[in-house]
Amino acid sequence: MLTAQMKGVILPMPTALIVALLMVVLGAGLATVLAVANRYLYVYEDPRIDDVEEMLPSSNCGACGTPGCRAFAELAVAGKISPAKCTVNSPDMIEAIARFLGVAAGAEEKRVARLACAGGSHVARNQASYAGLATCRAAAMVAGGPKACSWGCLGFGDCMTVCDFGAIHMDLHGLPVVNPDRCTACNACVEECPKDLFSLLPVSQRLWVACKSEAEGDLAEAVCAVACTACGRCAADAPGTIEMINNLARIDYSRRPGKLRAPIERCPTGAIILLADHGDAIRGAAAKKIIRKAPLPVGAEAAAV
Amino acid sequence: MLPQRFHKHSFSHGIHPPQRKDRTAGCAIRRLPFAPRMIIPLSQHTGAPATPTVREGQEVVRGEPIAQPDGFVSVPMHSPATGMVERIAPVPTPKGGVTLGIYIKLYPGAAQEILYGAPQDLESMSPEELTLRVQATGVVGLGGAAFPTHVKLAVPEGKTVDTIIVNGCECEPYLTTDHRVMLEQINEIVIGAMIVCKAMKAERIMIGVEDNKPDAVAAFESALQGRSNNISIHALPTKYPQGAEKMLAKALLNREIPSGGLPADVGLGVFNVATLAQIGELLPQRRGLIERVVTVTGAGVTRPGNYLTALGTPLRFLLEQAGFEGDARQVILGGPMMGPAVACLDLPVTKGITGVLVLTDAEAATRGRKTFPCIKCGECVDACPMHLNPSRLGILARAGAYEVMDQKFHLKDCFECGCCSFVCPSDIPLVQQFRMAKARNRERMAAS
Repeated sequence: MLTAQMKGVILPMPTALIVALLMVVLGAGLATVLAVANRYLYVYEDPRIDDVEEMLPSSNCGACGTPGCRAFAELAVAGKISPAKCTVNSPDMIEAIARFLGVAAGAEEKRVARLACAGGSHVARNQASYAGLATCRAAAMVAGGPKACSWGCLGFGDCMTVCDFGAIHMDLHGLPVVNPDRCTACNACVEECPKDLFSLLPVSQRLWVACKSEAEGDLAEAVCAVACTACGRCAADAPGTIEMINNLARIDYSRRPGKLRAPIERCPTGAIILLADHGDAIRGAAAKKIIRKAPLPVGAEAAAV
Repeated sequence: MLPQRFHKHSFSHGIHPPQRKDRTAGCAIRRLPFAPRMIIPLSQHTGAPATPTVREGQEVVRGEPIAQPDGFVSVPMHSPATGMVERIAPVPTPKGGVTLGIYIKLYPGAAQEILYGAPQDLESMSPEELTLRVQATGVVGLGGAAFPTHVKLAVPEGKTVDTIIVNGCECEPYLTTDHRVMLEQINEIVIGAMIVCKAMKAERIMIGVEDNKPDAVAAFESALQGRSNNISIHALPTKYPQGAEKMLAKALLNREIPSGGLPADVGLGVFNVATLAQIGELLPQRRGLIERVVTVTGAGVTRPGNYLTALGTPLRFLLEQAGFEGDARQVILGGPMMGPAVACLDLPVTKGITGVLVLTDAEAATRGRKTFPCIKCGECVDACPMHLNPSRLGILARAGAYEVMDQKFHLKDCFECGCCSFVCPSDIPLVQQFRMAKARNRERMAAS
């Protein structure tokens, strides 16, 4: 087709030669366009951005408040964010970035998601059986879920599903356990939990109320052996730091209680705890021991057990 | 519009679930004894919770107002019995969680007479005044929605209502409260309809009753004899969900309530028969809503029936009276298609509870619980009375595409009648997925 049209214009030439010539012209033309574009449309980008991005964890978790690691790198190079704001990164890498950019690493305390419920199936009673979609969200919409405590963890593991970092697993009593090493404080579980049980806490703050029940003391304890009964002992032992609001002990973290041990000692149910390193909890001496291994039976009658 | 006689008096799609009304349809309304303690949640209607006007330790008389409305979209509460306010404390709600409520401990020897109320002349009142008087009765939609009735009576500016539809369909299986009310309180219903008609300045009243209740249709026919011809009774073919206001408007008048709109947009006001019966009874005497008829049925109770129950009666007491022996797979407030299952029996009977179903294992688990993948058979598409595509919506819900469901597939038009879940051969809990998706969308709207 091509050669047929060209015969009249150009003297007979081998077809392959025409094609080759055409490709050369086309290539040269486009190369010129690209060369010109590269010359006049060039945008300077600090090469250090790529280098800093290499040193970031690439998890794009958003915990630092930027839309991703690339955006963090841009801000870091521009000096608008200190390298330590990325709490997911290892301390070595943070130091490396700081050295590379010639800035101070800064200090940003790592935060970790903490669960305000300790009512696993062995200590908290279910008042009904639930059948339906096996997610916390769905269960929470049917009469608030099967749990007798309206505030308690439903245990279907929506937080585990939503965690991109594999930092949450469900223990044998159906409670999520957060691995502080993997938790990036990205806030996903905080937003997902239909009972609003997660909050982000600096790792150094170990004093924690593992309960959210606002029920009156007796009612709270009747449905869950580890509920806060609002007896007020912890508030008396740590005046100012702990306050009783709506039948629940609340810790004022602005006073930085750290590993303050006094409030947990006299807690009768062990609702207020010191968090140990890997999801374990240190309970006070007065907390009753729970040795039950099997889930509690379902129903109102079980309250007497 | 087609001439009325060519119009087939029904809506398209819908389903025919088993009726199971025989056990209680013949039971005359019986008054339930008073429970020793009544619990009156301050929020048992759509809208702002009422504000208590009593204090702990105060004596209250049956029918006395104990809480006042907080704004226009709110209703007052009245004491269901003579006794003492024990405390004002949190009460569990059917949705889980708690709300504030008034606990009343009854005086065992009290005669429980209604001393409150004074006859009032309704003839001379303006529609606006009637609306306020209806608010004072505390009446809300007794068909289950519990939407304050007086809010419906206030026709929005620029709209006119020509027809009042009286909803006597009761399309939910098992329930027979409306049926019994139609048989036993027919005059109150007619009076209530007249009052509502006047308050909304409407011209005519149309009563729609499903043809599985021929005795109710006959009762209306004889009650309407000799009355002016602006009030008429229509027997409609039995089909679920005929009792939904959109379906009923379509069936009776072939009018379509627009998406996101109200019946007033097409010149209609739709009221449940039990609501009108209460208005017809309470308003002329200027009294408050303190009791309602509740169907208690299902294989889990030995004495099923239609009980005139004081509002605030604990569910446990109601079920004990109906012969509940603690053997239940599921307890549902309202009908099996739309009613929510409850997780505890310490809830009180509230204004919106039409019935209590106690289903045993055999009755509740007639179908397997296992969910299979969607086979795209289209049964749900043929069943959906809103002409949505539940199959597609379900797939989107699984994928978490809640925004798409809303914007492209009209999720908001779904009123959760349950037809799609009922017909689904794969037992996919479609309605539950839609409820969840709607909640997510609401959350997102609130956040942005």
